[in-house]
Amino acid sequence: MSSEAHTSAEYIHHHLQNLTYGQLPAGFERHGADGAVEALQQATWTVAHTSEEAKAMGFWALNLDTFFVSLLLGAIFMLVFRSVAKSVVTGTPSGLQNFCEWAIEFIDSSVRGSFSGKNNMVGPLALTIFFWVFTMNLMDLIPIDYIPLLMTSLGVPFFKVVPSTDPNATFGMAIGVFLLVLYYSVKMKGLGGFVGELTLQPFGKWGMPVNLLLEGVNLIAKPISLALRLFGNMYAGEMIFILIALMGGAWAGFSVSGVTLYGSQILLSLGWAIFHILIVTLQAFIFMTLTVVYLDMAHQEHH
Amino acid sequence: MNINATLLAQTIMFALFVWFCMKFVWTPIVAALEARKKQIADGLADAERAKHDLELASKRSAEILREAKEKAGDIIANSEKRGSEIVEEAKNQAKVEGDRIIAGAKAEIDQEVFRAKEQLRTQVSAIALAGAGRILGREIDAKAHNDLLDKLVAEI
Repeated sequence: MSSEAHTSAEYIHHHLQNLTYGQLPAGFERHGADGAVEALQQATWTVAHTSEEAKAMGFWALNLDTFFVSLLLGAIFMLVFRSVAKSVVTGTPSGLQNFCEWAIEFIDSSVRGSFSGKNNMVGPLALTIFFWVFTMNLMDLIPIDYIPLLMTSLGVPFFKVVPSTDPNATFGMAIGVFLLVLYYSVKMKGLGGFVGELTLQPFGKWGMPVNLLLEGVNLIAKPISLALRLFGNMYAGEMIFILIALMGGAWAGFSVSGVTLYGSQILLSLGWAIFHILIVTLQAFIFMTLTVVYLDMAHQEHH
Repeated sequence: MNINATLLAQTIMFALFVWFCMKFVWTPIVAALEARKKQIADGLADAERAKHDLELASKRSAEILREAKEKAGDIIANSEKRGSEIVEEAKNQAKVEGDRIIAGAKAEIDQEVFRAKEQLRTQVSAIALAGAGRILGREIDAKAHNDLLDKLVAEI
């Protein structure tokens, strides 16, 4: 993609655009590659070629890259674990089973550490979140130009390979967690108990509006912070990779500044990638742990 | 970076993955882990029990050994006693038998002596009669001198 015509802004822009499939409204003016403008006669389902087109598609559009990459990663994770689960032995475990058992025991012990209730769903939930988010984040370590370059050569205009840099993915999961929190809050405390929790404290029944405001913010903040924390970290990490990549993009033949920039791109990418391994793992762990903590709070009767 | 229907798709995908993980991954693997935990616990308990059993068995075998030794000692002592008894008995029997044989022999000898004496006496009286007849030159009438002869025989 890094042809000479691209400016830095275009480069960044290109890297941050999802491959969106949706419906362009009738009368939308598409700008062709040769600069020709073509007004659509009727509403058309298509892949967006520019971010303006993606925006014009509105809500009922699908980010194909986010969707398929996360689906693929989740499926790989599930297949690996399923293959172990199918042939699981109680005797001496070997190879992959060792790994899966280690993973499950690790998740199980950290769930036990922060979840005091009894719920058979929390363990698998935490396992899924951890490995799914972890593999999605891990995509960030693929050199950022490889996949867009490959996809452009296949005629696909954009491809953002890290699903967790798409707020749709992080908010999608956070909404899932939020629904579970609501479900278990109502299930464990009853509707009255849950509403009471929202309205009767911290100021007693005379401070009901204030209580509702405070507790409502508290409740809503959970999924939003969950999603934004992951998204922000991964997006910022991706952004820094892009900026580092731009240094080498300034290459214009052998010169002192050119070689220096190219060398520092290599070193900085390496350094940032190594540091990013920590963030990748940490963010997956934080997402998992906070989910478990929120569910624990949903299970507990209030003080 | 638009929020669009991907959001819903991700939520649904998330739910499906969690469901799949719970149903087909977590449950069997955790069950296997639990089963292994139980196996190990059982194994340890078995080992403990076996150790206990071994201790009991060795105690019991030592006891049996001691009893057997005791019994063997008794048997040996008994047989020794019985042996000496048998020997003693045999000795006594032999002595009694010997005495009996000796007594028989002695009686026989006495009888023999008596018979010889008797024979000798008869012969002596016959010789005396013959001698006296020669001396007197005539036949001594045994009938007539029977009482004399008897007296003589008694004297010899």
